[in-house]
Formats: sequence, structure tokens, C-alpha cells
Amino acid sequence: MPPLAPDDWQALWLTLKLAGVTTLLLLCVATPLAWWLAYTRRWYAPVISALVALPLVLPPTVLGFYLLLLMGPQGALGALFQTLDLGRLSFTFTGLVLGSMLFSLPFAVQPIRNAFESMGRRPLEVAASLRAAPLDRFFSVAVPLARPGFLTAIILAFAHTVGEFGVVLMLGGNIPGETRVLSIAIYNHVEAMEYTAAHWLAGGMVLFAFVVLLVLYLLGSKFRVAR
Amino acid sequence: MSGISAHFVLRHAGFEMDAGFMAPVRGVTALFGPSGSGKTTILRCLTRLEHAAGQLRVHGELWQSETVFVPPHRRAVGYVFQEASLFPHLSVRENLLYGYRRIPAAERRVQLDQVVEWLGLTGLLERRDPNSLSGGERQRVAIARALLTSPRLLLMDEPLSALDAQGKQEILAYLEILHRALDIPLIYVTHAMEEVIRLADHLVYLQQGRVTEAGALLPMLSQPDSPLAKFEEAAVVIEVSVGALDEPYHLARLDFSGGALWVGAADLTLGRQLRARVQARDVSITLQPPQASSINNILPATVTSLAEAGPAQMNVQLLTGANVVLLARITRRSCDALGLMPGMVVYAQIKTVALAV
Repeated sequence: MPPLAPDDWQALWLTLKLAGVTTLLLLCVATPLAWWLAYTRRWYAPVISALVALPLVLPPTVLGFYLLLLMGPQGALGALFQTLDLGRLSFTFTGLVLGSMLFSLPFAVQPIRNAFESMGRRPLEVAASLRAAPLDRFFSVAVPLARPGFLTAIILAFAHTVGEFGVVLMLGGNIPGETRVLSIAIYNHVEAMEYTAAHWLAGGMVLFAFVVLLVLYLLGSKFRVAR
Repeated sequence: MSGISAHFVLRHAGFEMDAGFMAPVRGVTALFGPSGSGKTTILRCLTRLEHAAGQLRVHGELWQSETVFVPPHRRAVGYVFQEASLFPHLSVRENLLYGYRRIPAAERRVQLDQVVEWLGLTGLLERRDPNSLSGGERQRVAIARALLTSPRLLLMDEPLSALDAQGKQEILAYLEILHRALDIPLIYVTHAMEEVIRLADHLVYLQQGRVTEAGALLPMLSQPDSPLAKFEEAAVVIEVSVGALDEPYHLARLDFSGGALWVGAADLTLGRQLRARVQARDVSITLQPPQASSINNILPATVTSLAEAGPAQMNVQLLTGANVVLLARITRRSCDALGLMPGMVVYAQIKTVALAV
């Protein structure tokens, strides 16, 4: 049994919950966005592509800073949530979920978009000629054919959220049970010179990241063979 | 009004189309023309996979006008694409039933066991992975899948072009069977003369997005100045019946009104009705009846018209027997040397005759 305090277990649970909720909501947002980006011919599509990819290159602190301004009580989104009586956004789990979604958005959109693009329009045209209505075509043809893309998106979005630090720190701080996720807990342990506990958590994350990537590459080779 | 009447107008970058045509209720209408002439675009407009302005009426039903647009999935159209495009995530049976399940039970006029029989699919039905089928098998499944939506109009976009020679012959034979078994009008896009001659009853000739000629196939084939006659494979088709057999020599006499042709044929029975195809390049002309020739078929004929078929070539239209027209492809030099003119009486020597069953 690793020598972890109840606080650490709580951080672990919170991390998994954050990553799970984020991934689930992200799928709902990323799928239509990826669909639109894959098939649109609008001139402003590259602008949207660039915006979606922005979190890839920005330092998380920059993202976190603007999100804090947006979600704070004076920020547009924060004010909106309070007017609607949905509670506060900054320094809450809800705020963290929103921040993580934005932070991991490119990791979910890109694989799904690639899958739609490599599938092309033909299967959907065939389905239309076989009397499938648009939504029917999407679920009976597009989703099964883009399955590898969806799997990759799920794994990447989940893993990327687990590894998040900067955005959480800027946006959520360090509240046990509410916003203190694993990466923050590790930071705390190191600050307090508790290297054993830090080792257990950090080592665990290294292992987790490795396993995730391994699964991803195994899936990749399996799908290539299947084709 | 029955049959199909269509008119589409489309302009995008580098392509302009303004094509109108009619297709009868029965039989195969070939959309024929050079690549880039808009054949595939017309098929896509017929299904509304491509949006063009214009009008479309199928068996009296309005599918498109200025105010009416029936979406693709509400049109009773079967579409066979150039590549079979089977769904890779579904088994052969599930591919076949994909469309069948999506039409109301009352409209299902074509049943699974029927198409399985027509297209010889018995052994393929339980295959899990459509990618394991050969090109010809995949295309047969695609045709069957389209038929199972009980379409009122069947469209095929060069269904043979992705196949090797053997696959082409295999599918052609099945298409000829379907042609006789079905009463669904078929619009067939191709740029292969052989497919036109074997399958089509009507022809719409397209050039640069416009219909330049349209009508029944056989009269068009025998016009020396039609675009069809300029093809290397230009040919006429003669309706014949087997009138006599020369068993020792394995020859059969094919009778047509006012004349006959001898062909090598192993398995013909007396009285059988056939289509004989005579290619223009297999017909030569002499002014005197040849005395000793290895050629079996020499017919007296009258020159009816002449047209250029290329810089060095001429098409000569010949009338033989009672109203049977032949085309001869000869060089312009020979034409001048013989002094051919309409009204002249000549002899047509026919080297080979192909039979289209």
C-alpha cells in the first residue's frame, strides 16, 4: 500500500472525476465542431481551426489567466453563471471542467476531424442514396467509420486533462476536494519537502502516461492492420 | 407523363452545364461522351448529391423545380458508384439490407433472395468483410444493394471502370440479365463504346456540359457523321435471326431482311434472335464483286452518304438488303481512288461480325 494520506486519495479521485467529466462533455462539443471543420468550405474555417489549436501552443498560465478574468465574478461568463444562479465559476470544480475543456479541445477535435476527413464524403453519399436521413447517416456510417478517431480523442483528452497543471492553478487554486488535483498535490508535497509522497504520485503519473500512450499506439497498429 | 425528363443548369469554377434530356420508362439510357463532359455531374444532380438549378420529373412525380427540392434520401433512386463503395464496417448481408430496411415495407418490391439469384451472390452473403471480395463481386453487391431499395430509377456511374477485363465481362453479362428481368429505367454513364453497344437502348451524347445528340441507339450508330461514328470502335448493330447452320464448318447463317451473314458460331440454335455488331473498320468496299476471296460476307450495297471520320479516314454509309445500314471506315485516299459518291452501287466486304446476345 503506498504511503498516501487521505488528502492524496481525494486528489486522485478528483483528478479522475475531472478528466472523466471533461472528456464526456468535450466529446459532445468536439464532434460537431470536427464534423463542421472536416466538411465546410467557408473561408473562415482556417480561422476557427487556428483558434481551436491555440491551446496547443499557449502556455497554460496564459490560458488560465484569461479564463480567470472571464470566469471571475466580474468576468462575462462568471457574471452570467451567477445571474442564472448556477454558482461561482472561479475556484470551483465547474470552473475547472470548463477550463479543462478548452485546454484539451484540440486533442479531442483533431483526431475526430482527421477520421472524418480520411473517410471522405463518399460513404455518406452512398448512405443518402440508400435512403438514410442525415442523422441516420451520421450514426450508422460516420460514427462507426470514424471509431479509431473517437477512441484516440477520448484517450488523449482524458490523459491530457489528468496532466493539467497551469490552468488549474490559475483558475482553481488549491482547494482540497474541490480543485486540488494530483498535479497540484505533487506541487504541494515538493514545497513541503515530502519527497516520498511526491515520488509515489509523480511516479504513478509517469506510469499512467506511458500506459496511455502504449494503448494508443497498440490501437493504431491494430487499426492499420485491420484496413 | 411517364419516363424521366430532366434539365440541369450549373456553373462552378471552370465548368458550365446546361443539359436537358428525356429518358423513356423502359430500357437503358446511356449518358455518353468524353471525360469532363458532365456525365457524372448529371447523375449527381439526379440524386441531388450535387445541387444544380433546373427541373426533374420522374414518372410524373416532380423531384425538383424552382420551388420543390426532394432531398437525396427521399428519392427512390438506386445509385451504383464507380467504385463499389461498400460499407467496410458491415458484412455483405448487412450492406445489402442497409437500404432495404430504410424503405417502408409496402414499397419493397425487390426481395433479398431475388437479387441474390439475379447477381449470383449466394456464396458471398455471409462474408464478414466486404474488402475480402474481388472487384467484380464488390460491384455485384453494390448493384444488388441499390436494387433492394426498390428504386423507380437506377443510376450507374461507369460501374465497370474500376474492374479488370474479366470483371468487366462478368458484370456486363449480369447487367444484360438485369436489363431483361427488370422494368426499372437505367441511366448508365460510360465512355466505353462497347458498353453502349451491348447495353443501351437510348443514347444521350454530352459535350462540355451540353447534350449535343439524343435518341434511340441503333439509328444513331449508323449515322456516318454522328459523334459515335468517329470512335475507333464505331459499329452498327443489326437485328438478325439464325437461318441455317453449316455444321461441318461450324458456321451459322444470320438472316436479316434482304440479306444474310455467315459467322463462326458453335452454340447457336436455329431461329434464335440476336444482335449482330459490325464494326466500321471491319468493312471494306470494292467496286467489282471479288472473284476469289477468303472473306465470307460480301454484300451488294448502295452508298448513301459519306462523312469525314478523321484527317485520314472516311465513314461511308451503305444500304444493303431491305433497309439495313452498314458503316465502312476507309481511308480518304481509297475513297477518292474509288470515286465513291452517294448512289453508287458497290460491294461491302465484312471481315468479322461480333454477336451481342
